[in-house]
Amino acid sequence: MEIIEILFTASFWAAAIRIASPLIFATLGELICERAGVLNLGIEGIMVAGAFAGWMAVYSGTGLWTGVCVAMLVGMAFGLLHSILTVPFGLSQHVVGLGVTLLATSSTYYAYRLALPEVTSPPKIEAFQPFEIPLLSDLPLVGPALFSQTPFTYLAFALAVVVSVVLYRTPLGLAVRAAGENPAAVAAQGLSVSAIRMGAVVVGSGFMAVGGAFLTMSAFDSFFFEMVNGRGWICIALVVFGSWRPGKALLGAVLFAAFDALQIRVQQTGFGADIPYQIFLMMPYVLSIVALVVMSRRAEVPAALMVPFNKGER
Amino acid sequence: MEKKPVEALRLNEITKRFGELIANDAVSFSVSQGEVVALLGENGAGKTTLMNILFGQYTADSGTVSVFGQTLPPGNSRAALEAGVGMVHQHFTLADNLTVQENITLGVNPLFSASLGKAAARARIVELSERFQLSVLPEARVANLSVGERQRVEILKALYRDVRVLILDEPTAVLTPQETDDLFATLRQATANGLSIIFISHKLHEVMEIADRVVVLRHGKLTGGARTKDTDKHALAAMMMGTETTPPDIATTSPGKTLIYLQNVTTPDIGNAPGLKSVSLALRSAQIIGLAGVSGNGQTAMAELIAGMRIPSEGRIILRGETVAAWSPRTAVQSGIARIPEDRHKTGTISDFDLTENAILERYTSSTFSRNGWLNWRAARGFADEIIEKYDVRCPGADTTIRLLSGGNMQKLILGRVLEADPQIILANQPVRGLDIGAVNYVHGQLLAARDRGAAVLLISEDLDEIMALSDVIHVIADGRLSPGFERGSMSPAELGIWMAGQGFDEAVVHAT
Repeated sequence: MEIIEILFTASFWAAAIRIASPLIFATLGELICERAGVLNLGIEGIMVAGAFAGWMAVYSGTGLWTGVCVAMLVGMAFGLLHSILTVPFGLSQHVVGLGVTLLATSSTYYAYRLALPEVTSPPKIEAFQPFEIPLLSDLPLVGPALFSQTPFTYLAFALAVVVSVVLYRTPLGLAVRAAGENPAAVAAQGLSVSAIRMGAVVVGSGFMAVGGAFLTMSAFDSFFFEMVNGRGWICIALVVFGSWRPGKALLGAVLFAAFDALQIRVQQTGFGADIPYQIFLMMPYVLSIVALVVMSRRAEVPAALMVPFNKGER
Repeated sequence: MEKKPVEALRLNEITKRFGELIANDAVSFSVSQGEVVALLGENGAGKTTLMNILFGQYTADSGTVSVFGQTLPPGNSRAALEAGVGMVHQHFTLADNLTVQENITLGVNPLFSASLGKAAARARIVELSERFQLSVLPEARVANLSVGERQRVEILKALYRDVRVLILDEPTAVLTPQETDDLFATLRQATANGLSIIFISHKLHEVMEIADRVVVLRHGKLTGGARTKDTDKHALAAMMMGTETTPPDIATTSPGKTLIYLQNVTTPDIGNAPGLKSVSLALRSAQIIGLAGVSGNGQTAMAELIAGMRIPSEGRIILRGETVAAWSPRTAVQSGIARIPEDRHKTGTISDFDLTENAILERYTSSTFSRNGWLNWRAARGFADEIIEKYDVRCPGADTTIRLLSGGNMQKLILGRVLEADPQIILANQPVRGLDIGAVNYVHGQLLAARDRGAAVLLISEDLDEIMALSDVIHVIADGRLSPGFERGSMSPAELGIWMAGQGFDEAVVHAT
């Protein structure tokens, strides 16, 4: 069976990990927001803004890592806007989130036209190059798949570990989790629910933008309209799939990416040629819906997700 | 010479308004070190508001709070905590999905420190829980704890922070008598170590037992105070109410025809709580049936069954002689069943609706309040005003959002809504939970009046005194099984207690066969 053969090629797994990386950043960002009790539907637009900002920074002459930082800062700015509207003002998180997505997307395209008024095809940058980790990259199958990626990909996996440690092993993480479970408990212990939630949304939005920047700075080397293409919405589903836990969410991102990498390859097989290609394009989404339905039955939703908290109200 | 006690806490001229409602009006009092002061008052007198100001959760419009001589910045819980003020709220402030230890240590360490110091924290929690006899496992998830255990966590939370003034807002409202005794033992030990306590309760015998001194709030104003050794329950009740109160007189009535009959009804379990197990019960006109029992023994199943929210898996519901085919909340309401729900916040009212909207909540489709699909606001508003007037609902007006009302006033609105419809069957589930004596007597009086008008009343309560005072016939429910009916005065509390503990059922079956 050709599909089985594909599963044992290093190039398939290398592609899966590469496709998963931007999802990991953005999913972790969304996870932090939701753990603090704020649903951030600005994710799709913030990823677009991050993709553009990082790429534009590098195109204007900064280093690659500086570009990543610029993307993060732009994401944090949109996060700040989102959190001011949803946390102290307590506005509908759905409306604000979709508004931020529209604003970030359109202002990105506007900025693109301002910056490059004359170009017909977007210029390329010198993107991140694969870095082979000594020894580990020599391993069969796993080596080329996991340890011959760009440093940006390694950062994604490292970030998952960091987020997990901070959430579960530090007072800050405890406060963030408690803010998403019962803000009154946080306030009763003398902490500011607003500060914690706003901080989580700002940092989380920064990670989303970094996820976007991965697309223009590591996966490709240029910026196109529609390049985020719904990845933000997938990340929101991945948070649910991961039951609001960083480790499981990372696993979900890799799984989704693997389906995506698989469908491209199956299209090119003899068996795939007889079937309309749209079926294959659809498969990752269908499978994620199925996985979501199965997994989310046991999911532990943060109890105060989308519940605004106003001190002194009864 | 007696040493002059150290002043631990002083409230100075505290005033707080919610919209047009004056919750606190220039309230001042102080608490000495090691003293237990009980704060008494009717519902809506402003007790909880005052304590929330003291703890920095509300900001007072004017007035100051000082702890051991140091004035606290207003509206700052962190400053209150650091000054040594701790508060156990009536509605616990615990995060269910976190562990006991996580709840206790939340916010204790600086947020940006690298580690939670789990081992040291655990040792301290274990030490404190042993010293104050507050046994609870640090690793347990709060969601899995009983109400009594959750309260222990709340108290541990305060003790963990070396609290010097502890506010307890109706701490015994949710406890069994045994748990209350344990709590009092803990509190005595803590005061012996110099802790000052402000104790808010409606239960006068508890106040007499635990407090050194009592201060009384009425309509937001401080109206009196006394040392407990110089006063008695009767005098306190009078101070609280402004008048002497008497429990309602109970005349016996002869019950009329059976309005609703449950025949061998079995319902599925609700989570950990048992469903009904082959229960037969008749509700008759002009009779109050009391359902006694320890909470979580099938009371919820019974209440939901009568309210139409649950259908029997076995057995039949016979309504005025006819077997009911389709049973739903709507058919229940249409059959003249009115309910006073157990949880007035969750299932009794919609908290962001105003009083008018809440008043017509169950009857907005009736011809009185709507015609051709249009609401008749004039009639609705009139109805709400009538309830406010007749049932003494204290509020600025019918357009007040209901969540701004105190529990007692909310309950009065519900009571008015139920009784004004002149129902034939009344389901009263914990109708006086958390209410003060004045409101309790009022609600009881209204239930008795409804009975005398010919209504069948099913009274569900965990308070045996209430059951015994009001019921014409008492049934005990234990693990979903129903005891035989006991006529008023035929059983002592101790005898009922044996049934409540689940004994007697098997023997009764033996006798029956």
